[in-house]
Amino acid sequence: MLTVDNLSAGYGPVPALDDVSLTAGHGEITAVLGANGAGKTTLLRTISGLVRARSGTVSLDGRPLTGVSTEDLPALGLAHVPEGRGVLAELTVEENLRLGALGSRRKTTAADLRRIYDLFPVLAERGTGLAHVLSGGERQMLVIGRALLSRPKVLLLDEPSLGLAPKVVVQIFELLRGLVRDDGLTVVLVEQNARSALSIADHGVVLNLGKVVVRDDAATLAADDGLRHAYLGF
Amino acid sequence: MVRRHLLLALGALVVVVLVLETTSQFRNAQFAAMAYYAIAAAGLTILTGLNGQLSLGHGALMAVGAYSTALMLQSREGTLPLLVILALATVITVVVGALVGVAAARLHGPYLAGATLALAVAIPGIPLYFSEWLGGEQGLNVRMPEIPVWLADAAYFVTGQELTQIRYLAYLGWLGVIVVFVLLANLSRSRVGRNWQAVRDDEVAAELAGINLGRARVQAFVVSAGCAGLAGGLLALSARLAAPSGFTLTLSLLLLSAVVLGGLGSLVGALVGAALLTFLPQVVTGAGTDLGLTDVQAAQLAPLIYGLVTVLVVLLAPAGLAGGLRKLIHWRRSS
Amino acid sequence: MQQLLTTVLTGVTLGVVYAAFALALVLIWRATRIVNFAQAPMAMITTYIALVLIDAGYSYWLGFAAALLSGLVLGAVVERFVVRFVSGKSEINAVILTLGLFIVLHALAAIVFGSRYRSFPAPFGLRGFQIGDTTIALTGFGVFTVVAVAVVMVGLVLLFRGTDLGLRMRASAFNQEVSRLLGVKVGRMLTLGWALAALVGSLSGLLIAGGGLVHPSYMDGVVVYGFVAAVLGGLDSPVGAVVGGLLLGLSLSLVSGYVGSELVPLAALVILMAVLLLKPGGLFASVRERRV
Ligand SMILES: Nc1ncnc2c1ncn2[C@@H]1O[C@H](COP(=O)(O)OP(=O)(O)O)[C@@H](O)[C@H]1O
Ligand SMILES: [Mg+2]
Repeated sequence: MLTVDNLSAGYGPVPALDDVSLTAGHGEITAVLGANGAGKTTLLRTISGLVRARSGTVSLDGRPLTGVSTEDLPALGLAHVPEGRGVLAELTVEENLRLGALGSRRKTTAADLRRIYDLFPVLAERGTGLAHVLSGGERQMLVIGRALLSRPKVLLLDEPSLGLAPKVVVQIFELLRGLVRDDGLTVVLVEQNARSALSIADHGVVLNLGKVVVRDDAATLAADDGLRHAYLGF
Repeated sequence: MVRRHLLLALGALVVVVLVLETTSQFRNAQFAAMAYYAIAAAGLTILTGLNGQLSLGHGALMAVGAYSTALMLQSREGTLPLLVILALATVITVVVGALVGVAAARLHGPYLAGATLALAVAIPGIPLYFSEWLGGEQGLNVRMPEIPVWLADAAYFVTGQELTQIRYLAYLGWLGVIVVFVLLANLSRSRVGRNWQAVRDDEVAAELAGINLGRARVQAFVVSAGCAGLAGGLLALSARLAAPSGFTLTLSLLLLSAVVLGGLGSLVGALVGAALLTFLPQVVTGAGTDLGLTDVQAAQLAPLIYGLVTVLVVLLAPAGLAGGLRKLIHWRRSS
Repeated sequence: MQQLLTTVLTGVTLGVVYAAFALALVLIWRATRIVNFAQAPMAMITTYIALVLIDAGYSYWLGFAAALLSGLVLGAVVERFVVRFVSGKSEINAVILTLGLFIVLHALAAIVFGSRYRSFPAPFGLRGFQIGDTTIALTGFGVFTVVAVAVVMVGLVLLFRGTDLGLRMRASAFNQEVSRLLGVKVGRMLTLGWALAALVGSLSGLLIAGGGLVHPSYMDGVVVYGFVAAVLGGLDSPVGAVVGGLLLGLSLSLVSGYVGSELVPLAALVILMAVLLLKPGGLFASVRERRV
């Protein structure tokens, strides 16, 4: 379970994140929605310690992450797939995956790789080739697979659907739903594509100008016409 | 602006006369050296500070000016007037600088640094290869022409002292400093200078604003090469010699450190840097020998300090010593 | 024919040393986007450390090992305590910083070790091998040079391709932020990268010095040749650096043999400008354009 309490952060005098609180429950998908520039990426980056929090706390299963460096988070069970995916294109697909396991200070086993290749059969074909040649959808599968190899309790995903064909988005989101159901993974899903995100999420939080404006069940949010028009754009 | 610069120049001229007339021959020689360092550093500060191009090759460009001057002073049957010779040396260096600049304009950052570094290392080999013509390792001796009689008389009339060769050189150097600084100060406030600055700050924006990036860069390089050429000519006259050992990589690096110490882009900073290059060695070498170092070791203390301060300036006060001080004062006041 | 053979053999021997130096520059460039011009005086200092030990009566090999080890330490120290503070900031500041270090190390060496020329021993013969009645330009030390560089390169390949540590180092070089999110201690990897690069640089310093003279400036030319070799190879590619080093060694050896050794640095300048202006991505670049 990931708990964010009264988190504020920013890049200059203007705050990009203003007193945001959020709970992502165990075995649930929490969607973080909002227009471009709302502060969604900043929220994830502050949770990971890439952006310094001005105030507030983040805790993972009750353990405060204050003072924990970004590099130590995977070993504690927090995986963050950044905006733009973060594929290391100069490395092979398999090397990218191995890095995922290394993050939790383990050696990659053959069984690890097989599990990921079973989830994403296209990656198996690409294994020894450079990640450079992957398509957008394949890249998204690679980074999710890589994150899973660190055996996370909490997975932060920043706009996984960006730039993907709708069919691929459905495929990836269904897979995500399956992982949450089967492995009890906790997911924080940042999306501008609110319709798709709400279709698989349990709860949703809407950000605007760095503040939480609404939080509710995914179904309720999806049904609220005023909200959809004002913030979610569908 | 231009008027203010001219007034400043007149004031500077008065100061120069007063200082040079009241100090010893030895000091005069030091001031002559400071003058050519100042001219070279001013050119480099315009290039690096105003236009954002780094050059490790300015020592080599000074060599071009120095050898040109030396060659023009070889003939025993009278030579051109000294001012003409220095002007020609400047022009020759400008031509070489334009060649380098055209190539350099397409490079940035470490690539430009590496290319000009290669230039600095390559140029001293040329006189070695063409040793018949350029004097090889020994270099070319420079025969300082006589001071024109009218000038010597006029100087005596004004100051009541005989104008010595060394003082004459110091005057020549500082005349050069004043002319170069006024020109550069006006240039950097002109449209051309603002274009150079725009190119440094943001290439894309500059290009959108209709500035020709390549032309701006070549212009800046050419101007700064001209300064290096004039400085090289004055150096050859002061040292009475143009030899490869005078234009090693170290010279280029020290010039750069002078510019960094003074604060990139500030002409006053270039003057401060030149003063440090000229006067610091004597001070710290003396201190070094007092501490028991040999002369040879003590002579390395000054470059050690330049290097250390350069590193510290980059780490702590990227605006240079002057800029750093200003910031400190500002910070003290505002807190 | 005889002269051509001599030129080629000299070129290859020199080329591997340039290759090693270029490799040191490339390792650092890839990881921190800094061309470490101070690599030359760093290698000069470590060679002096070897010389002091050898002159004190210790064996060549002890000096050799001490130089490599001190290279490792020096590289780590420079990264951790100096370069760390400019990484990611303006390009021009990083360049000026390495040049400041250049001046500092030069002056320090002259103060501590003196500025005069000192001869540096070689562990193997400096006389060319005899084939029939002709002497060829391949010496025992030349063979050692080639072997030493080859051993180091194989070692680096094994490290980078074959170990988890190497994988972490490569990841940090390509994308620091993503690497941190994957749990890689990027700072440590950078320190280690600089240390390894300085070790390789020290090796080339020792190999250039062997059987010759050292003084505080003796590596100044080598940093230019190493840079040119690295640029020939595209500056980003370790393999390119090695090939670039060999090509440059051969070309410069031709210039030295047929034109004059004084013009070797000028030839290096011409080659550098030709590459930068005609094929900025290096000789082996694909169509991908590169801003130089
Ligand atoms: N590196 C940065 N420097 C300065 N401002 C930034 C930076 N990153 C984001 N911002 C600003 O912070 C706000 C939130 O941005 P971000 O978190 O990226 O929003 P989102 O991910 O919801 O699109 C925006 O106003 C954006 O302009
Ligand atoms: Mg975003």
